[in-house]
Amino acid sequence: MTIAIVCIAGVGLVAAVVLAVADKYLSVKEDPRIGMVTAALPGANCGGCGFPGCDGYARALVAGTAPNGACAAGGDACAAAVAKILGVEAASTERRVALVKCCGTRSEAIRVGDYNGICDCNVAAMTAGGDKGCTYGCLGYGACANVCPKNAISIADGLAKVDKRLCIGCGKCVAVCPKKLIELVPASATVHVLCNNPDKGPLVRKVCGVGCMGCHLCEKNSGGKEAGHFVFQGFLAKVNYANPPEDEQIVAKCPAKCMSVDPHFESGH
Amino acid sequence: MKPKETTEHYILSSSPHTHANSSVSRIMLDVVLALLPTTFAGIWFFGMPAVWTIAVCVSTCIVAEALCRLAMKRDNTIGDLSAVVTGLLLALNLPAGIPLWMAVVGSVFAICVAKQVFGGLGMNPFNPALAARAFMLISFTGPMTTWLRPICRCCGETPDATTMATPLAAMKRLFAADITASATPHAEKALEQIPSLCDMLVGNMPGCIGEVSAIALAAGAAYLLWRKVITWHIPVAFIATVFVYSLIAGGAPAYAQVLTGGVMIGACFMATDYVTSPITAKGKLIFGFGCGLLCMLIRQFGSYPEGCSFAILIMNAVCPLINRWTQPKPFGAK
Amino acid sequence: MKTVKSQFKFAGGVHPDYNKELAREQPIERLPLPSELVISMSQHLGAPAKCLVKVGDFVRRGQIVGEKNGFISVCVRASADGKVKAVEKRLGPAGAKADAIVLDTTVKPDEGEPSAPDAPILPPLDWRSASREELLKRVEEAGICGMGGAGFPTAVKLNPPPGKRCEYLILNGAECEPYLTADYRVMLERAPRIRLGVEIMRKILGGPAVRIAVEANKPEAIAALEKAFADIDGNVEIVVLSVLYPQGSEKHQIFATVGRVVPEPPALPIDVGCVVENVGTVVAIADAVEKGEPLLERVTTVSGDAVAEPKNVLAPCGTKYSDLVAFCGGEKTAPAKVVSGGTMMGFAVSTLEIPTTKTTSGLLLLSGKKVFQYASGACINCGRCLRACPMGLNPALISKAVDANDIKAAEDAHVMSCIECGACSFGCPAYRTITQSCRRAKNSIRARIAAEKAKAAAAANK
Repeated sequence: MTIAIVCIAGVGLVAAVVLAVADKYLSVKEDPRIGMVTAALPGANCGGCGFPGCDGYARALVAGTAPNGACAAGGDACAAAVAKILGVEAASTERRVALVKCCGTRSEAIRVGDYNGICDCNVAAMTAGGDKGCTYGCLGYGACANVCPKNAISIADGLAKVDKRLCIGCGKCVAVCPKKLIELVPASATVHVLCNNPDKGPLVRKVCGVGCMGCHLCEKNSGGKEAGHFVFQGFLAKVNYANPPEDEQIVAKCPAKCMSVDPHFESGH
Repeated sequence: MKPKETTEHYILSSSPHTHANSSVSRIMLDVVLALLPTTFAGIWFFGMPAVWTIAVCVSTCIVAEALCRLAMKRDNTIGDLSAVVTGLLLALNLPAGIPLWMAVVGSVFAICVAKQVFGGLGMNPFNPALAARAFMLISFTGPMTTWLRPICRCCGETPDATTMATPLAAMKRLFAADITASATPHAEKALEQIPSLCDMLVGNMPGCIGEVSAIALAAGAAYLLWRKVITWHIPVAFIATVFVYSLIAGGAPAYAQVLTGGVMIGACFMATDYVTSPITAKGKLIFGFGCGLLCMLIRQFGSYPEGCSFAILIMNAVCPLINRWTQPKPFGAK
Repeated sequence: MKTVKSQFKFAGGVHPDYNKELAREQPIERLPLPSELVISMSQHLGAPAKCLVKVGDFVRRGQIVGEKNGFISVCVRASADGKVKAVEKRLGPAGAKADAIVLDTTVKPDEGEPSAPDAPILPPLDWRSASREELLKRVEEAGICGMGGAGFPTAVKLNPPPGKRCEYLILNGAECEPYLTADYRVMLERAPRIRLGVEIMRKILGGPAVRIAVEANKPEAIAALEKAFADIDGNVEIVVLSVLYPQGSEKHQIFATVGRVVPEPPALPIDVGCVVENVGTVVAIADAVEKGEPLLERVTTVSGDAVAEPKNVLAPCGTKYSDLVAFCGGEKTAPAKVVSGGTMMGFAVSTLEIPTTKTTSGLLLLSGKKVFQYASGACINCGRCLRACPMGLNPALISKAVDANDIKAAEDAHVMSCIECGACSFGCPAYRTITQSCRRAKNSIRARIAAEKAKAAAAANK
């Protein structure tokens, strides 16, 4: 009994000494700010900043190789906290969320083929350009939903929808969408154009019941060109998110019915 | 308002746009067809008890599969016939006189525990029929090792439920007896219990329903090879290993080690199960060798007279590792 | 010149239903000029040509309407006289949109006579006296790209980079794709033109040995080539390949004919001293040099069980599929699937409004008897894909990795070596979309590499 106790205690003592010595002589010198910055970041490890997780971004921030404010998930508060630790000015960023610029549901937009294959937008788009008549519209095979780290995107009626409350604006969906129809927009903006088709009105009408025809009515109703709430690309109206319209009345007046007030899908999370 | 849509759409899919028309259900059907000779041989030698065991196992497996998929809210997969194959293989690996409720328990174990819990066909790490057989061997050791004497139909002997030991038990004793001292009365007695080569080929010896008739099993295997359902690698490596091992180790004649017990059915039908065997030719050879070696090690040194099922199950567990070792080399790779 | 049997057999390959009897006895027929042509700026591999015309312009047959735009690019010429109705993005067979010119060919020119269909567009060259550079320039200005399917610019291929020498010129007459008989008809009917093309290419490439690869199921083509090449001097052999898909794949053809193995990408055939050209391309080169005729038209097989009269049609590039189908007697039954190319590697299309390009080897209308919707099941590990894969990959592993969204694992399994031949999916009893999984993985990997490059370039600019 006594021998056992002495032996175990002896082994413990020797191990403790070895560990203490190892800690002193083998420790890696690390900038203490890395730990502080990591703590200030949200810890979601979404990768939206382009670095491998929050720790990777923190290391890059401390090394000075990454700009502050690249963390969309943390937003202004996070940027400010990081700026304080690093002793630099904080760049102001507004919280941005993803917006799917298409409202061509199965009941509104036509399909031109029976797609049979992997349920992923990128491969579906490689098969005859996708089965949707509108080649600019959302295919609804969920490539964005698959990459979303927060499960903020769901597919309903052949269309991707973003839950604004869950979205951290990491931009992964923007990168993965083969039709490039997802955009990061200020979370405060409420009026949106949900179309991505720059073709002429008649062409749009052939493939979708709710496509933008470029009639400029939204622009006229929101104070004309001078007000600068909209920009046009071909025959497609786009909200100028640097100066978004606030009058929600113009939405109801859109003849194409492709505008929406706060279209963010509110799921029951 | 939705624009007018043309009613006739073309199918849009990635190439290729043609198919060999092979299907999982066709492969499973081929396996069932290949098992028919040995099934009939088993019924010939063991009579109605064999018929009942087969019927109960197959039907239980089908019902269990349907109920499992229903409970898991997945689509019904009894159409792929894999449950039929599992049920048939399990029945063929049971002694004919086993109580039917045990066959039911084994079948439910095979489908529910060994297969569907892992996600169904394609996901199971162990051969379901063999896993169930091992489970039954441990749980119901007595009934699982009680063998019916084959019915002698030619000599007009009435079918009775007399039981006897399999040749394997005798062969195990031969391993124990020193080969040089094979003249001892102990070894002599054991040698007498080994059936003649002819009986072994036809199947006139005690054993599981489907494992006795080597000729019927070989016919089934030939059919599978001809239909390209299986490749030669696993059966040849398995049987050759058993043969060479027993040549070296001595004991019973090498052909007897191959023709008795589960080696034939194991090498041709159980070890060649796609899901639980390696995918490359090299991997298959390693797998077959491992099965044969383990089987003989258990036969010689283990506490059971037969080691075929356990050998295959152990190699099933090693299969992912073999797959990792034997990845093919791409055309043009250094 | 001699005919030999192939000494080398690659591992893998499959035997699909060839269905070549539908169109193989049909002589090449010229399509009457359609009233509308849609000439795409992206008919080849590489950067699309830069459009040089605008709406309302009248273009002449052979006029350059798209300028070569970069090193890996070719120019695009108008296939016929006509007035430009529109310049817009049009869907191509592969599902990508590219600039295209819509030509109204019914409009007469404002001045002068309409171009004669056989008037020389470029001055004919005597290949014996012309220099190598002149010949190479001619191939380039004729807008020739590989006509077997990939559409690699031929002038680039015929001009190996410094330090690399072409030892073997291999003519691809395998045509292993089911249904397609265009190359077969070209070999049968235009063997002397092929010979002329070979002599020109031999001069450009500095006198390599020539191997003409033809599958054994085309004995008439082999006989025609033997006759045409009977008195040719130098090291020329016709290599008869066993009938196996994909014998027409560049890498496998090199192995089957000369026994050399092209290393993994990014290595090219020229790294093992080989240049492979489709027989159609060789005829185009002969026409460009001797007749001064650029690549404006090509032979396309219109076949399938849903087309009334399968034919081998010589049609101008830019002909809409609907015009080809109409010329072949229309639809016999309603097609369930329309495929541009062969059934193993072709593209399913959603509409017949898509135009042909320099690489359209076939147009197949397949009824519901030949194609159907399928549902993929779980992999049962049967190994058929592995045995079928001519690249020696483990397609089952790749497809499972892609299912799990693990592109890195697919990359480790050498997915970038995949030639998308479709042999794996062809034999899969679980109807898994293995080839598509490989495409998906390759696409993601290419996107990632492009993003990394862009990032590195941006960092370098800073």
